[in-house]
Amino acid sequence: MCCLSKEKIMRPTIDVDALRSEIRDKSVRVLDIRKEEDYKQSHIPDAVNLPLANLLADDSPEKVLQYAQSFGISDETPVVVYDDTFGALASRVAWTLQYIGHEDVSLLDITYGTWKKMGLETSTEKTSFDKKNHSLKLRPEILATVDYLGPAKEKGAILIDNRERLNFLENHIPGAMNIPYRMLASPDNILRPKEELKRLIQNRNIAPDAEVITYCGSVGTLSGLGYYALKSIGMENVKLYVRSFKEWKSLEKPIERQNDANYWDLSAE
Amino acid sequence: MSKTSLSQSKGDNLPRPKINWGKLEEAEKFAEMVKLFRRGKINRDDFRRFRLQHGAYGSRMTDDYSMVRVKVPAGEVYPEQLERLALLSEGFSIGSAHVSTRQNFQLHWIALEDVSEVMRGLAEVGMTSREACGNSVRNVMCSPLAGVCTQEVFDPTPYALATAKFLLRNPMNQSLPRKFKLNFTCCEKHGMARIVDIGLIPQKIDADGKTHNGFKIFLGGGLGAQSFVGHQLEEFTSEEDLLYTIIAVIRVYDRMGNRENMARNRMRYLVNELGWEKFQNIVLKERAMVRVTQSIMVKLDLDKIPEVLGKMSISSDTPTKPEGFSRWMKSNVISQKQNGYSSVFLTLESGDVTSNQLRTMAEIAREFSAEGRARTGFLQDMVFRWVKDEDLPKLYSKLLEVGLANPGALTMASVIGCSGTTSCNLALTNSHRIAKEIQRKFLELKLDVDDDLRDATIKISGCPNSCGQHEIATIGFFGGGGRMGKEMYPLYSMSLGGRSDEQAMLGLTCMKVPAKRVIPAILKIIEIFKSDKKNGETLDSWIHRVIDNDGSNGVKSFNDIKEILKPVVVAPTIEQDKDFYVDYGNDVSYHARTGKGECAA
Repeated sequence: MCCLSKEKIMRPTIDVDALRSEIRDKSVRVLDIRKEEDYKQSHIPDAVNLPLANLLADDSPEKVLQYAQSFGISDETPVVVYDDTFGALASRVAWTLQYIGHEDVSLLDITYGTWKKMGLETSTEKTSFDKKNHSLKLRPEILATVDYLGPAKEKGAILIDNRERLNFLENHIPGAMNIPYRMLASPDNILRPKEELKRLIQNRNIAPDAEVITYCGSVGTLSGLGYYALKSIGMENVKLYVRSFKEWKSLEKPIERQNDANYWDLSAE
Repeated sequence: MSKTSLSQSKGDNLPRPKINWGKLEEAEKFAEMVKLFRRGKINRDDFRRFRLQHGAYGSRMTDDYSMVRVKVPAGEVYPEQLERLALLSEGFSIGSAHVSTRQNFQLHWIALEDVSEVMRGLAEVGMTSREACGNSVRNVMCSPLAGVCTQEVFDPTPYALATAKFLLRNPMNQSLPRKFKLNFTCCEKHGMARIVDIGLIPQKIDADGKTHNGFKIFLGGGLGAQSFVGHQLEEFTSEEDLLYTIIAVIRVYDRMGNRENMARNRMRYLVNELGWEKFQNIVLKERAMVRVTQSIMVKLDLDKIPEVLGKMSISSDTPTKPEGFSRWMKSNVISQKQNGYSSVFLTLESGDVTSNQLRTMAEIAREFSAEGRARTGFLQDMVFRWVKDEDLPKLYSKLLEVGLANPGALTMASVIGCSGTTSCNLALTNSHRIAKEIQRKFLELKLDVDDDLRDATIKISGCPNSCGQHEIATIGFFGGGGRMGKEMYPLYSMSLGGRSDEQAMLGLTCMKVPAKRVIPAILKIIEIFKSDKKNGETLDSWIHRVIDNDGSNGVKSFNDIKEILKPVVVAPTIEQDKDFYVDYGNDVSYHARTGKGECAA
């Protein structure tokens, strides 16, 4: 028999058909990161619930490791994360698992709302799994800290702000480029097809091997989606500034804005 | 590729755009040009000309963002196009879109690098931004009531669409001295035929025992730093001569228009400088030339196949009338000439609409309009025609759900405000926001139900140029800066008595009104009108009587209005009233700042 390469092919997103077959094979751990009450009402069969708020309350590597182990996730278990918030919250959880060293994490490429609209199977059963051991191998190369930003920018790293346009115009980290998170999605999927995303990035003159750091308003959710959008088109050197603009502002770092225009008054919200 | 997919159960019998205005190649070319420009391979001026020709303006104080103007010929917009605008606005713009006074949609603050993506998205649903800016023939307008207006002679829509089709990307008009505007209208009352380069009103005559379709054509009108009312070319221009006339006028303008002086390059200045009779002669001679030299194949491609209307009434039960329904009916709905049908106007604030509202509009067009589409209006508004009368309460309920049920669309409360300092380089004041504030105040005071005010209008521009069409407003304003000692404050020039109908005239300059006194000044004018008016007089007719020095009682002349308003517009010191020195939408003191206009490129 031919020996399969041990090296896993990273798949930032997974589609419905692949996930359903892996659920049938019981070869995957599915994380539903919606609120507990939503999870209780219905969820994808065999999914376990990790509400994002619980994770954010303490996202220290030790705590995240504890969660992973309690869900029966070993180093080898493929994990798929989904939400009902256009993939942004799921992205944050997926990234956190990758940060503690779990390699095989994917985002479901649709939201739970779409899953239901498609009439796919759901369950109300609370699932639990036996605890598994998972190692802790932090991956600092996917994390950007506030201290990292300055030197990285000087070396040519590109900073991408994934907040909405009006928020970006009002204030952002100097030199950042704006790719609003809405730009990343297609009407049916949490991310556009690869060729479209590639085109958007090429239009911005960002080289495929550039170092890119994504950030957003507060906890790295929108920018988590930005992170996976770039990973999905094969960009290697991507980092998430997970503490994002909230930390930047609280540290009273310099801020850039689009001056002398009342753009907010164009909004009909 | 996923095997399981969302089944889109959209009916096959839904109306699809009949004309594809878009071109995907133009999006690709635009993306390439942006890259070349960013690498310094194209100079700024050449790039700007290219950008404008493709419908992308620079934004206030920056070229890194664009306003993409989406042309909507004759204002006809289909549900899938509204949905696409929603998607593009969320992805690339600010989550809201804007309906302009020239029936375009505008998407603001789009990164220059994304303009090509927006163009691509538009082309996929048959839309374009091509020649929406720059020195080209702009969106060909047509009255939103064309085809349903009780006063029209015939429906000009097929002519407007055919003209737009003929002129879009036509080599003849790719590099005119300046922009060029055409406006078809249904009747004298609902149009703006006299304030554009070529304005057209349908007309019929009987000759040789037959009835002939044709137009009254007005040339050389236009609003701007210097405004003019158009002149009628001849008694009657036949349908056969329509295209020849348009070609002739454009050729004359292209040849003789001023290409040197930026401030004098619109066609109206040429008409003014030559004198009307001379210009008229040149055009008529040119038309004779065009007639004999143009191949007979050059014809307007008129689609006059009668349309099969879609679904009939959707209400089977007797609907309950929601609160506010009758007020909305009175101020937003017009009965069509076709018995049992109405046209519904939506009140927007300065033309702004959220992406969710755009999606609701798409649903409404599908569900409620028998023609299955919508039109953009002349007043930064949206219009749904062919709505069955008995469906109106249900439609109103649907509008209520998404905040689109405001009354006032066809009244003085429907205030026009150009984009002003929200995005325009030339603006001196936030005309956009003040228009919203005035509208809110009018609705709060229920002035929309006042019949005396119904035929009056308020229009506001953020600078002396006339995107807000202030000259044709009953009460018009354009923005500037005022000074009190060292301090500056936002200030408007107010004009009174403008009209765009049969008695089209430009408003007369009245006085300066500080931004923060505009609402009190308008309310004061209404107050003195109320106490002075004669039986049956409206605000509009009262103002004209006063302008004609035929005033009575307390208000005898225009000067009396000024005198009465004087105390209202007095500037306080900054210590007395700090807010007076701050424009709407700002939190710091006013300072006039403008960038370079893009008119001349």
